[in-house]
Amino acid sequence: MEPLKPARRKVKKDNRNTTGYLFISPFLLGFFTLTIFPILYSLYLSFTDYDLMGTPSWIGLDNYVRMFTDDPTFWKSMKVTFFYAGIAVPIRLVFALLVAMALNKIVEMVGLYRTLLYLPSVVGGSIAVSIMWRQLFGNDGAVNSILGALGLPTHSWLGDPDTAIWTLIVLYGWQFGSSMLIFLAGLRNIPKTYYEASSVDGAGPVKQFFIITIPLLTPVILFNTIMQVIQGFMAFTPSFVVTNGGPVNSTLLYVLYMYQRAFEYFDMGYASAMAWVMLVIIAIFTALIFKSSPHWVHYESDTK
Amino acid sequence: MKNKKWKKIVQHTVMIVFTLIMIYPLVWMVSSSLKESSSVFVDAHSLIPEGWHFENYITGWKGFGGISFSTFFINSAIISVVATIGSILSSTLIAYGFARVKFAGKNIWFVCMMLTMMLPFEMVMIPQYIMFNKFNWIDTYLPLILPTFFGIPFFIFLIMQFIRTIPTELDEAAKIDGCNSFQIFYRIIVPLIVPAMMTSAIFSFYWRWDDFMGPLIYLSTPEKYPVSLALKLFSDPNSVTNWGAMFAMSTLSIVPIFVIFFLFQRYIVDGISTSGLKS
Repeated sequence: MEPLKPARRKVKKDNRNTTGYLFISPFLLGFFTLTIFPILYSLYLSFTDYDLMGTPSWIGLDNYVRMFTDDPTFWKSMKVTFFYAGIAVPIRLVFALLVAMALNKIVEMVGLYRTLLYLPSVVGGSIAVSIMWRQLFGNDGAVNSILGALGLPTHSWLGDPDTAIWTLIVLYGWQFGSSMLIFLAGLRNIPKTYYEASSVDGAGPVKQFFIITIPLLTPVILFNTIMQVIQGFMAFTPSFVVTNGGPVNSTLLYVLYMYQRAFEYFDMGYASAMAWVMLVIIAIFTALIFKSSPHWVHYESDTK
Repeated sequence: MKNKKWKKIVQHTVMIVFTLIMIYPLVWMVSSSLKESSSVFVDAHSLIPEGWHFENYITGWKGFGGISFSTFFINSAIISVVATIGSILSSTLIAYGFARVKFAGKNIWFVCMMLTMMLPFEMVMIPQYIMFNKFNWIDTYLPLILPTFFGIPFFIFLIMQFIRTIPTELDEAAKIDGCNSFQIFYRIIVPLIVPAMMTSAIFSFYWRWDDFMGPLIYLSTPEKYPVSLALKLFSDPNSVTNWGAMFAMSTLSIVPIFVIFFLFQRYIVDGISTSGLKS
């Protein structure tokens, strides 16, 4: 397969190489200075004791040992995060899918509904929303006020360790907008003829949902799941602003605890070790989801 | 026939009730910003204030510690606009390189970029902080702005998907006319991918405007705070007494997001839908 005119080809190819690398040079610069180097540096720090003063001192695996054997708060934050991500992510996805399906059925005013339902997600990242949530679920906030007006018992939502985490889960679920839009686009791509054909064969809406909608949406479900799992594990602002980890650490999400270790106790080595544990967990989850995907994700090109 | 009509009425009633519940918290925030401070939490659920207390906005705007919200809004605007320009310029260049130029090692770098997209910021937060601390960049905007000039993987990916829909015949024709890659890029491609650049710019602006963790870590002088950080300070549950003013500033802080959303809705919705599907 060696080409006949190697010299000429080489010159041309080199030229393209220079052009290509010129275009992606900002990425390369950032990749090495802001990703690769920090990651390696973080790995090194995780084996040290470092408080930002002086130089990091090597302590081997001590941070990891301390984390797993001598830090109940670490385990607490891990538990809280798994609970939070494990419940909030499925809630958001199921919610997003159901609403998208409802919107897909409606013809009139669909733009208006879509816009209004997407609004919570548009402003979702803002601090104002977290502050609002804190007041909404506060003792004299609107939620209790509504319950009271309906004659139902009120509750100290943020003060009770059993319910505080649920306020954060509801906040996460409430912002289902972008997942909804992605699902909606996926639903629009399913040919109507599939439904028509199956209803001729006598399939009802429930059966159609399981044999047409879900299988054809699986690529979108895969994408949404991976993005949401990472986001769920990495949540910070809601727990920092709404509850600040309390009461009694019942909402201490992993990243909040990592933040406290790094920027309140200046325990940089320990916080770096925490970051690595999190990365490994996320990598395992992502890998599991990808690995399992051939069994449940259907690409249309496969079936044809 | 009648059945169908009833079905429609039920459908819309359910949809309207559901939508109202979903946007209730936002309406509640706006309405609380117009209530008299002492009455915000009396009948907290009611949406209609007794008397319209627009003066909450005036008192709130005065801010705290002698710094008014004009300073915070200007700070946010500077950070968001410069960072957005940076991310779009760099991301567009990089996207073109990946989408249209053939070069050795391209696939490896592309995989690296996709992996970076999935890597949470929290992973590099601590080492980056130490690094910027060594550069004496703490309490400046550099750590918040400079990284955006190296491209944002999500935008690179989004713009790439868009470039792929442009027929390569256009590039070929331009090449025959004597254009080099850079000329093809800014004369042919850039004008055609403006919608994708817009979508990215809108997202970038949102993210920067809302960004809380970055300023929280890097900024320590209140005069330099963006709105997000100032609002957190302003709303500290232990010190707030003027709830009306607090809600007024919360409401104002999301106004820029609302305005951009309503102006460019079409781009955002299309952007999300397409970027999500073609991965």
